[in-house]
Parts: sequence; C-alpha cells; structure tokens
Amino acid sequence: MQTLCWNIHPLGEAALLAEVVTDDHGAANQAALGAAAALTASAPPGLRATVPAIASLLVCFDPLVIAHRAVEAQMRAALAHAEGTPTTGRRVEIPVTYGGEDGPDLTAAAQRLGLTPGELVALHCAGPYRVLMLGFAPGFPYIGPLPPAMHLPRRATPRSAVPPGTVAIAAGLTGIYPARLPGGWHLLGRTTLRLFDPAAAPPALLAPGDLVQFVAVSAR
Amino acid sequence: MIEIIAAGPLLTVQDAGRPDARRYGVPPGGAMDTFALVAANRLVGNLPGAAVLEATAGGVVLHFSRATLVALTGANLGATLDGRPLAAWTAVRAAAGARLHLPGRRERWGARAYLAVAGGIAVPPILGSRSTSLSGGFGGLDGRCLRAGDRLPLGTPTYAATLAFGQHWPAQGRPPYQPCPILRLIPGPHLAWFAPERIAALAATTLRVGTTSNRMGYRLDGLALPYRRPCSLPSLGVIPGVIQVPPDGAPILLMADAQTTGGYPVVGVVIGADLPLAAQLLPGDELRFTFTTLDEALAARHAQAEALAQPLDRDEGDLLSSLAGA
Repeated sequence: MQTLCWNIHPLGEAALLAEVVTDDHGAANQAALGAAAALTASAPPGLRATVPAIASLLVCFDPLVIAHRAVEAQMRAALAHAEGTPTTGRRVEIPVTYGGEDGPDLTAAAQRLGLTPGELVALHCAGPYRVLMLGFAPGFPYIGPLPPAMHLPRRATPRSAVPPGTVAIAAGLTGIYPARLPGGWHLLGRTTLRLFDPAAAPPALLAPGDLVQFVAVSAR
Repeated sequence: MIEIIAAGPLLTVQDAGRPDARRYGVPPGGAMDTFALVAANRLVGNLPGAAVLEATAGGVVLHFSRATLVALTGANLGATLDGRPLAAWTAVRAAAGARLHLPGRRERWGARAYLAVAGGIAVPPILGSRSTSLSGGFGGLDGRCLRAGDRLPLGTPTYAATLAFGQHWPAQGRPPYQPCPILRLIPGPHLAWFAPERIAALAATTLRVGTTSNRMGYRLDGLALPYRRPCSLPSLGVIPGVIQVPPDGAPILLMADAQTTGGYPVVGVVIGADLPLAAQLLPGDELRFTFTTLDEALAARHAQAEALAQPLDRDEGDLLSSLAGA
C-alpha cells in the first residue's frame, strides 16, 4: 500500500530532490534509504550521487547523459518500491560514558524532560535506533527517530566547539560528533570510537540504515 | 618540486573534488572555478581533473626547483615570472629556479587563479582526490592551506605535455567573467516559504558578498528573505550553487566546500555554467541573480562542455618569445 506522496523538484539542472511532507519520518526515511540503495545498485548511466536524508532523497546526475524525466521516473519507481520494505543495515554497538565532563548537558537535559539522568541514559540506551542519514560534517550520523520522551529543541546558544566522539540529542534525533565542531545539540556523553577516518575504507564508521545500540560504560 | 615562498590569504591544492564521497557526509570540495581548473590542466597536457594550485586574491610567491611547463588561468592576479609579465591562459615554460609572483587583483573582477603544472601536484590522493578539505583536515598538503616553506611534489608530465608548449586558450572560449556578474537561477523547491514579492526582489536587487564568506559559501548582503511564518525543515541533501535561507533571512550561496546536507529552505540554485562566475567573487564584490529555465541551463551547460573540449591553438608569438627568452 503506497501512502507517501513525494514531490520531486529540480535542484538546479544536475540534481532532483524528492521530498515528502509527513510526520512519519520513519516511513519516509525508510523509503529514501531503500530507493537510494536501489538507484546506486542499478547505477543508470549519468547517475553521480544519491543522498538520502531524513524525509528526502537527493539524486545528482549529469544532465548531458541522462534526462530529467528519466531520472524522475526512476526515482518515483524506486521510492514506491522501497516503501514498506524493511531497511537492512548492520547493528553497531556504541559504548558511551554518560555525564560528567563527557556529557555536560546530561543533568540539565534530563531535568527539562522531567527525568532523572539515569532514566535519560536508560532511554538513550534502549533503542536500537536507526542511522537516518549522514551529513553536517564527514561521518556525522543523524540517528533516530527518538521516542517523544527524549524530544528537546536545539540549545538556544550553540557551542563553538564540541569534542570529537560526543554523543548528543536534539529535535527528536541523536548524533555523534566525528570531529571538533560547533554544535547546538545537548551533550549527553562521549564515545572513544572514531566516527570518521579519511584513510579507512569505508571512511565513515556508520552508514545510513545501520542500527545503533548505545551502551553505557563507566568512565575510563 | 614547487616551494611556497609566500601563500597569501588562502593557497590550496585542489582538483575535481570527491563527489563520490558525498555519501559519507564529505563535502564534494575541489576547485571553486572548475572551468579554470580544466582549462589550466588541458593547456599543460594534464588530465582535466589533475591537482593544481588555487590562489585566492594574491600575495603568492612560488619557486620552481626544476624546469617545467605551467599554465595560469582564472583571475588576473598580475602574474609575473622572474619579474616579467606571465602570459595567462597559455602553456609557458618555467625555468629551474624561476619565481612566480601573483601580487593581487588587476581587474574589476577576479578572486581565484589556478596554476597547473605539467604532471600535476603529486600529493597523495585521499578518498579519490588530492583536493584540500579544510573542514575535514585531510587532502592536499596535510589537510591545510599552504604556507611559506611548504614544498609540493610534482607528478610525471604526460606525453601530451611535450606538445603543449605555447598552447593558448582563446578569450572567446572562456566564461563571461565580469564585475557584478548576473548568475542564472533555477527556482528552488521551497519558494512557498517566501512572499512572491520577495522572490521577485531576489532577481531585481544587486547583492554583495559578505565578509564572512569562504569556500563553503557566500553570505549575501543587500536583501532579506524572511519566512512568511516560522517553519522548520528536516535536513536534506544540498549541492554547490544552492541558495539557502536561514531564519535570519540573509541568503547563503553554497560553494564547493559546502556541507552535503542543510536544514534551510532553498530559494534557488545557480546553474552549473554560471558557478565559475560565482567562484571569481571576493567578499565585497557585487552580483545579481536572474531566474532561468531548465532548458536554458542545459543549453548553457552543453555550450560550456563544448568550450572546455575546444581544440587549442598555439600562440606563435608567445612560443617565439618563450624560446628566445627561456
């Protein structure tokens, strides 16, 4: 049964963006991930890149090799076929030391959510949660959707530097900073795993579709 | 080997970037002015995407430790080779020990000059590219902008380089570089976020590149595009050329080092053929936008691909003077 209605719009002459307006980001993302994988696997001539995101799919192509109409038709077919098809991904455990210096926002975030810090950690470690997309910075995973009990808006004032490996939540998602970066999310803890290594193959620890299980570990 | 004597504000190794690494969240990167990149490489017989030096605004002095063939394209930064004016858009011999100087802008337009050397800059490729990823801290030379004292290895020139000496790129076969360029836009997917008269104003206002602009993107001053009502958008994939509008209403034109995803509405996308013009803007420079159609964008892209594949003439005058003076 197809229920998602995708709007496909040019992003310049060499890319098409499929977006869906829905509150069910899980279903939209599932279709976007499945369609991206199918398009990448079938590799039509002229296809340059697919970027699945939370509720969208960007497809970049060479318009001198393949026409817009052909790309759009393939996107529609792939999105329709992928809807309702379970996402396949690896299951990856991420050990996290929560609170203290590693997670300076744990107590305040828990308080705003009406939870104890221990309850917030337990919720965060409940999961597993899906890697919905990579973006913002090399190897940065957007993981979710989180249950409403963990929903917080971004911090009013972003930090200018968040240490690498920091695990954070905001806007119904959780993420892990791969490098020292500015960030506006609430910092819950930190992992020693390296999220991005340009010399590794693949360079990103996580891929869209992977299932992430956070595991609380005691401080080093 | 090339030694950097002075690097100016931003001198980096760049090539055609890493579009395939987009799926890992890695910005595509690469030369800002892709036309000047390909032209410079063709002039010295390199593959189109070989690694070159991208100089920004000037202040650059380089020293060649061995004789080689070079070509300088893009902005006119007043180049001299051993004190004599260097013929731009031409394959020129640089003698062992020669000094190349790029003091600064000499015309009313121009931000970035590209120096191709026969054989290319031979730093190790990372994720399929030798481009410097400044935000990622990898690629190029140690993932950073170049500075005085750096030494860059050169690759082995192709056979084509032996025939390239004196090749010249005709002025009529270049993008229409000019002050206050008019960049053509395809309307973006989120026009409904803005009042129609604001969208019309986008195509009728002279904008200025803001002071905080860099290789990731240009903040554009001169027009506010407020949302009709407060909204938020889940993060979506973006590409260089996208004009996104954060809640403060000040549009941002994404450039080569832009993040792979963004969370703001997209009001328009600069067509590929006009991105080289955008690449030649510095903070403070003016620009305009005009909306266009997919058909016109495709025709412009086709014309630019043909210009990049044009057969090259040998500039006999330059050839003779180079032979005489080398």
